[in-house]
Amino acid sequence: MTTIHVRGLTKRYGPDTVVDDLSFTVEPGQVTGFLGPNGAGKSTTMRIIMGLAAPTAGSATLGDRDYRDLPVPLTEVGALLDAAAVHGSRKAYDHLHALAVSNGLPRRRVEEVLARTGLESVAGKRAGGFSLGMRQRLGIASALLGDPRVLIFDEPVNGLDPEGIRWIRDFMRSLAREGRAVLVSSHLMSEMAQTADHLVVIGRGRLIADTGMSEFLRANGGGTVLVRTPEAGAFALRLTAAGATVRQGPEPSLLVSGMTSDEIGRLAAYHRVTLGELSPQQPSLEDAFMELTKDSVEYQGATA
Amino acid sequence: MTTLATAPGVPEEPDAWEAPRAPGTPVVTFAHTLRAEWIKLRSLRSTWYTLACLLTVGLGITALSMSSAGQDYTGGTAAERAAWDPAGLSLTTYIVAQLVIAVLGILVVTSEYATGLMRTSLTATPRRHRLLAAKVVVATAVAMVAGQVLMFSSFFLGQLLLSGQHVPGAALGDPGVLSAVTGGGLYLAAIALLAVGLGTLMRATAGALATLVGIVFLVPAVSGLFPSWLQGLFDYWPTKGAAAVFTTVTDPAYPHPWLNLGGMCLGIAAVLAAAFLVFRRRDV
Repeated sequence: MTTIHVRGLTKRYGPDTVVDDLSFTVEPGQVTGFLGPNGAGKSTTMRIIMGLAAPTAGSATLGDRDYRDLPVPLTEVGALLDAAAVHGSRKAYDHLHALAVSNGLPRRRVEEVLARTGLESVAGKRAGGFSLGMRQRLGIASALLGDPRVLIFDEPVNGLDPEGIRWIRDFMRSLAREGRAVLVSSHLMSEMAQTADHLVVIGRGRLIADTGMSEFLRANGGGTVLVRTPEAGAFALRLTAAGATVRQGPEPSLLVSGMTSDEIGRLAAYHRVTLGELSPQQPSLEDAFMELTKDSVEYQGATA
Repeated sequence: MTTLATAPGVPEEPDAWEAPRAPGTPVVTFAHTLRAEWIKLRSLRSTWYTLACLLTVGLGITALSMSSAGQDYTGGTAAERAAWDPAGLSLTTYIVAQLVIAVLGILVVTSEYATGLMRTSLTATPRRHRLLAAKVVVATAVAMVAGQVLMFSSFFLGQLLLSGQHVPGAALGDPGVLSAVTGGGLYLAAIALLAVGLGTLMRATAGALATLVGIVFLVPAVSGLFPSWLQGLFDYWPTKGAAAVFTTVTDPAYPHPWLNLGGMCLGIAAVLAAAFLVFRRRDV
């Protein structure tokens, strides 16, 4: 069973600290979402795990070995770091064939991964003519060549259409179900909510949260109720008096926290307030994330 | 000091005492890396275009330059006739051919940086020296074959054109001829090797090619301007002393052409050593 261990990882480029004393673990059998705003250090961390960049301090190991010490790396770790990282004038089949040969894998594996990613019909075409979605599939195909126990995807859904996004999402879930460790980075929180079992959140290279998805949502986003009523102003005062926190929701509604929808409904009945809508809000990972990382966004736009 | 980089000199091969692998698990050797690099090289159209260009341009220049070379002999003085070198003349196309063959060597490395493929290659083969060594071997082997083919065909084409002009030509069996022709092919392969080294150091096609043009064209062109203590270097410089191997009439300045070629190869080995060093250490 291979697990990714990141321990005290630090990477500095000159004066810039891109990854700062980062520690986390990626366990097999689940999808671990690696979240952070752009520039948080996700890609750098992944490149260090893959032995492409050397850490300034700390370590990133697979099991207890450095990536560079793996005897047959493709059979242990598969990675999609950059879908554009193929030579555009090489045919998809030749690209995969060369990779397979470099790790002593049989030619039949090339056909198998082409089939699994649905690329058989374009195997003889040059990768330069591929759409982004097809390139992503080709990248995933090369990651799967050695049937590895650990998979690493860097922003795999970036720029994909809804169909492609759904395909990748289902695909990652099925890989985790097969008992593999899957680490997938994204800056799209909504994407992670539907894919990941575990979350590692970083900002400015530092660990912000390392927690299960449901715990994360419960702790950070939960518990607001949307209330729609013609007497919004008056009812807001009564809610506040009852101890709730009220924010202005989308016109003309109120976002109430600190009270359950049940309690709000009873309060409305008691004061004979007509309610047009009373709906508990799904805790939004997006909000939770914004809340967590607002101090660690590298470049913040001025709020109007 | 970095944690991932191991100290130089640590053996690259998987250790023999490693835990026994499950049956069916492949064992990766240098031969695998070599074969993978060959598949990569042969699956690019640009490889074959470059090789076709090498032969077309190389032989085209031979055809053009040899079609009227006979006049130099018939209209020349006795001294010029004594220095008449029909074999060397038919090989002068190397001046341009070395540029084309260098493009091949440069692209073996820089095309991977340009497309980002280098990251994929290094995840498949994280032992970096092994990857670069495979690239060096494959590029040099292809350049060696292409260089020899070009030199032999250029020699025969040149002699054919000379014989049509009724001036003395050369045969492969003549003294020094076979050595000049095969030495020419070696020279071209060495230039391709230099190109691989420069491509690795520069990581960009334009930069590597500009440097190479500087080395093989510009520096020889302005060599007279360099101080005298540097002049000894030009005995082993491409297009200068090292190109003495193409001649069959001994140039008094370079009595031992193979020594000059050997010197150039030593210099190229130094460039390659630097390339191996930075290739291992740099982040990609």
